[in-house]
Amino acid sequence: MTALSTQTIEATRKNEGQLLASWQAGLDANGASRDTRIDRAEFDMQTREFLRLLLAGANAGDSSNITGSEWSDVRAFLDGLSRSRALQGFDSQSTANFIFSLKRPLFGLLQGEYANNPSEMAGQLWAVTEWLDALGMYTVRAFQKSREEVISRQQEELLELSTPVVKLWDGVLALPMIGTLDSQRTQVVMESLLQRIVETGSEIAIIDITGVPTVDTLVAQHLLKTVTAIRLMGADAIISGVRPQIAQTIVHLGLDLQGIVTKANLADALALALKRSGLTVTKAS
Amino acid sequence: MERIPILRMGDFLLVTIQVDMHDELAMTLQDDLSERISKTSARGVLIDISALDMVDSFIGRMIGTISGLSKIMDADTVLVGMQPAVAITLVELGLTLPGVLTALDVERGMKLLRARVQSE
Repeated sequence: MTALSTQTIEATRKNEGQLLASWQAGLDANGASRDTRIDRAEFDMQTREFLRLLLAGANAGDSSNITGSEWSDVRAFLDGLSRSRALQGFDSQSTANFIFSLKRPLFGLLQGEYANNPSEMAGQLWAVTEWLDALGMYTVRAFQKSREEVISRQQEELLELSTPVVKLWDGVLALPMIGTLDSQRTQVVMESLLQRIVETGSEIAIIDITGVPTVDTLVAQHLLKTVTAIRLMGADAIISGVRPQIAQTIVHLGLDLQGIVTKANLADALALALKRSGLTVTKAS
Repeated sequence: MERIPILRMGDFLLVTIQVDMHDELAMTLQDDLSERISKTSARGVLIDISALDMVDSFIGRMIGTISGLSKIMDADTVLVGMQPAVAITLVELGLTLPGVLTALDVERGMKLLRARVQSE
């Protein structure tokens, strides 16, 4: 792998101001610096800071290996940059473009520096390309990582949000399910429902699936598991909110829901629960 | 040797599992219980597992076996006080214990047993 020559580093250092100006001009031209999500002053500071760290790194270490300790400052800066870009809602292209747009001014600089030595220029161009590509790829990777962190955090939040167990009556609990049921969610839902059954000593639990968009064999299996667990604890389960399309799907799939009490809506399920508890609802006077 | 006490309450036998079950203890309980059912001609068995917070497939199967053998000896088995974690484990193990009666606590279990005996 070709490394940056001393002459290149020296030339870059000497022309740092000019390089910065043309880099910023390039970013201006493609509109990256005019984005409203990011402050102009902050953007200028980021470009200046990055160029400074880049030169410090190039002075101290080998440009062909950016995983070395000499580049730790640059990497830390890129990590921070990618994270803030991801949080601000930029896409990976514009984040990577921040690095790649430095190529043009750097190439221009090398062209002037090695005007009399074409073979050396080709070598150095290649070195600069590899160097900036590695940094760009690093940025994209960091960007992706922070995006994934955001996604997994949101998933966890969603999981907590979507499992309220409500008390409908003394001894009657209801669990309104919303969204698609997967193994992980079923686990959380099952645990919180069973825990509430123990805490409240409720004998009847109503699982309302009005908010479940589709039922396939897997979802049905998860429902069966939950109902079985409830029965093992000594309580009864009623499934309510079976919409016509879902009923059709269940029959078409040939799913066996034998032994599970199902009701069309929550009101019917509550009426059944009250009846089983020996309660009747009457009109006052 | 360690044993799980079996208490007699009228027509019923009450078994409260307060310690961690190991396989040998489970086998002893199974033997003792069948012995006691035949000696006392009990009509129902109530097993309280509210203190049990861990089960394996062996204990799960043992509960099923106890229920099966009491049924043959004309005694209904009610399993009461199962912890959520235990219920989830049994379901994941595929041990759904069909035919075993369950109740939330001892009081409700007793009520269930009495109702069963009276209806016969």
